[in-house]
Amino acid sequence: MRHTLVARVQDQPGVLHRVVSLFRRRAFNVDSLTVGGSEEPGISRMTIVVETDRVPAYLVEANMRKLVPVIEVRDVTNLDTVSRDLALIRVQCTSAELSEINNLISIFRGRIVDVAAGSVIVEVTGDVRKVDGLVEQLRPRGILEMVRTGKVAMVRGSEAPEESEEELAAGWRH
Amino acid sequence: MKKMTGAQILWESLVREGVTTVFGYPGGAILPAYDAILEYPQIHHVLVRHEQGAAHMADGYARASGKVGVAVATSGPGATNLVTGIATAMMDSIPTVFITGQVGSKLLGSDAFQESDITGVTVPVTKHNVLVTDVRDLARAIKEAFYIARSGRPGPVHVDICKDVQQAKTDFEWPDNVFLPGRKAPAPVNAAKLKAIADMIAEAERPLILAGHGVIESGASAALMALAEKTGTPVALTLLGLGGFPRSHPLCLGMMGMHGEAFANKAIQEADLLLAFGMRFDDRVTGNLKTYAPKSRKVHVDIDGSEVGKNVAVDVAIINDLRVVLEALVPLVADRKHEAWDEEIAKGRSDTHSRDIQHEPHDDTRLLAPHVINDIWRATSGGAVIVSDVGQHQMFEAQYYPHEKPRTLLTSGGLGTMGFALPAAIGAKMACPDKEVWVIAGDGGFQMTQAELSTLQQEKLDIKIAVINNGFLGMVRQWQEFFYDKRYAATPILSPDFTMIAAAHGIDAHRVTKREEVIPTVQKVRESGRPALIDFRVVAEEAVYPMVPAGADLHEMIRRPKRSNPSEVPA
Ligand SMILES: Cc1ncc(C[n+]2csc(CCOP(=O)(O)OP(=O)(O)O)c2C)c(N)n1
Repeated sequence: MRHTLVARVQDQPGVLHRVVSLFRRRAFNVDSLTVGGSEEPGISRMTIVVETDRVPAYLVEANMRKLVPVIEVRDVTNLDTVSRDLALIRVQCTSAELSEINNLISIFRGRIVDVAAGSVIVEVTGDVRKVDGLVEQLRPRGILEMVRTGKVAMVRGSEAPEESEEELAAGWRH
Repeated sequence: MKKMTGAQILWESLVREGVTTVFGYPGGAILPAYDAILEYPQIHHVLVRHEQGAAHMADGYARASGKVGVAVATSGPGATNLVTGIATAMMDSIPTVFITGQVGSKLLGSDAFQESDITGVTVPVTKHNVLVTDVRDLARAIKEAFYIARSGRPGPVHVDICKDVQQAKTDFEWPDNVFLPGRKAPAPVNAAKLKAIADMIAEAERPLILAGHGVIESGASAALMALAEKTGTPVALTLLGLGGFPRSHPLCLGMMGMHGEAFANKAIQEADLLLAFGMRFDDRVTGNLKTYAPKSRKVHVDIDGSEVGKNVAVDVAIINDLRVVLEALVPLVADRKHEAWDEEIAKGRSDTHSRDIQHEPHDDTRLLAPHVINDIWRATSGGAVIVSDVGQHQMFEAQYYPHEKPRTLLTSGGLGTMGFALPAAIGAKMACPDKEVWVIAGDGGFQMTQAELSTLQQEKLDIKIAVINNGFLGMVRQWQEFFYDKRYAATPILSPDFTMIAAAHGIDAHRVTKREEVIPTVQKVRESGRPALIDFRVVAEEAVYPMVPAGADLHEMIRRPKRSNPSEVPA
């Protein structure tokens, strides 16, 4: 299963290295990891999607909490969240196909942001599944280049109370 | 406010952290700091012979005293030489601070002379590390390093300081507090969970406490004793837990795990309640996880949430300081006795006893390592601080030198670092000059760090050294004997004449080849008031029993062959 963890970390040199080193050392399997600014200067926010078949998500959380610059970690997988992934996709496209592509991507609320001879760049934002869907639609046309940011997430409404580490630790069965 | 150089700020900060001893080795990138240390006579610097030694000394200092141990090294090779010692401290949760010099901040990343990305190297083997590139950050970095090293689950912290930072001047301001927003004080102990544990204890017919290093680190020995006695619960110990509960206590089952007591392991497999206190279910204590302790409900109390549920699923977890938890738990439990369980354990204990190598016939043609260690215990009345190395002698020590008090056995458990004992003993003796400190090392491991004999002499330390000399890398040889068809690849080891090595350092030296010489020789060196080395020439091919082969079920132990007539036991 995939879990989405959201972490607030002190924006210090090496903080990303520490997180990545931890994941490598403990063989936690990362699907995507994004880092960027938060509402507070000096504090960055990470969204990490981990594969948790081998280790439970709370162990990933508990290990992250041990990193000194990590202020807070939260597993938002089962919470009501807004989540977004952004992709830029350079897809083959003759001028004749332009409107066809435009129609297709508008279903996904994507848009063309650059047109060149024989290709266009499509931008799409949405939850990971929606972006995946567009990518699948475009693939037969020939994707020349693609970049995705990976998932970012935020809990909707007022925050749900956090489950204690002790509850999570005792609840897990090997 | 007084302007100071970074070098002065470093030592000022250490003085404020209560540091009186540091272990180190100078070099170009740390030279400004060394220049300034002359102004700080309240800090004694121990010059080591290899930085690995400095790391183990800082570690031994911390293990013996509970205070933070400090080691200092230069950049590049000095810093990389520390790494084995840092990793050793990390695996065993030892509060230590490592300070290294680094090339000037302008040169960082240029492959400058003696530059190594040492903070990159130490990330996975430290609790935390920091590279200081601005002198204004230095005092805070040191303050935080000590706080992090000793708080929560203790561990090593590494502070790498650029050379120009040591030279630059700024106002020295010692921060009143640390500001670490991610470090939260442990919450009050959860009352509902305490109650749940008390209920489980009340219901259990075959309860067992598994006590680890956390008992010693959190100072929970008295609370553990109170709980065990009130609830009549037997206590098995991990290697690093030895001393956390007195071995002579009737409820003590001794060590568990790979070379643990067979009856202790059996009790784990048969228990209906396991109370795991400050231990982490390492593979060396569990054996095969699939068949581990199948009949028990499990309670785990540890300061580190990432250890709970990592290897063994538990029913109730408390993530908090062990002493605080046990002190809160004791008033909630009722007096209990478990006669059938006690009887079963007593039966196992007597079977183990009958196989004990102590009952091997007294035979003056051969000297057995367990006899040597047991006789050292007798001669020191069990009161010494023993620093063991890694190998068979380490396991014999754990079995045949019963420890009564915390911090009387110092040994590298998690990393199993050969070469640990001599330097760690030097650190222990510096921390506790009034204690009797013994090294027990194999002929292999002793040679890894024997250069520190010079350090020992330079510091005029009265440390006694027992080399258990079997001419083999004994523990590896044992694995070859059991699992590799006795193919002794690279385990026969030639050693120098250790008595001459000792003599070359001005250290008293003795060789012992017969059991009858053991106690008199140990007594003689104890009375001398001088450091001494005893070269015990023990039989070459002795095995540590019992043994749970790696990955095997905990109850599937290879046992010492039973003696035909246990009554012909010598005293
Ligand atoms: C630095 C290091 N290298 C290798 C090992 C693997 N190892 C574990 S025990 C052992 C043999 C130790 O031999 P010795 O010091 O003579 O002690 P003995 O087992 O004979 O008591 C070895 C090589 C280790 N633990 N540490």
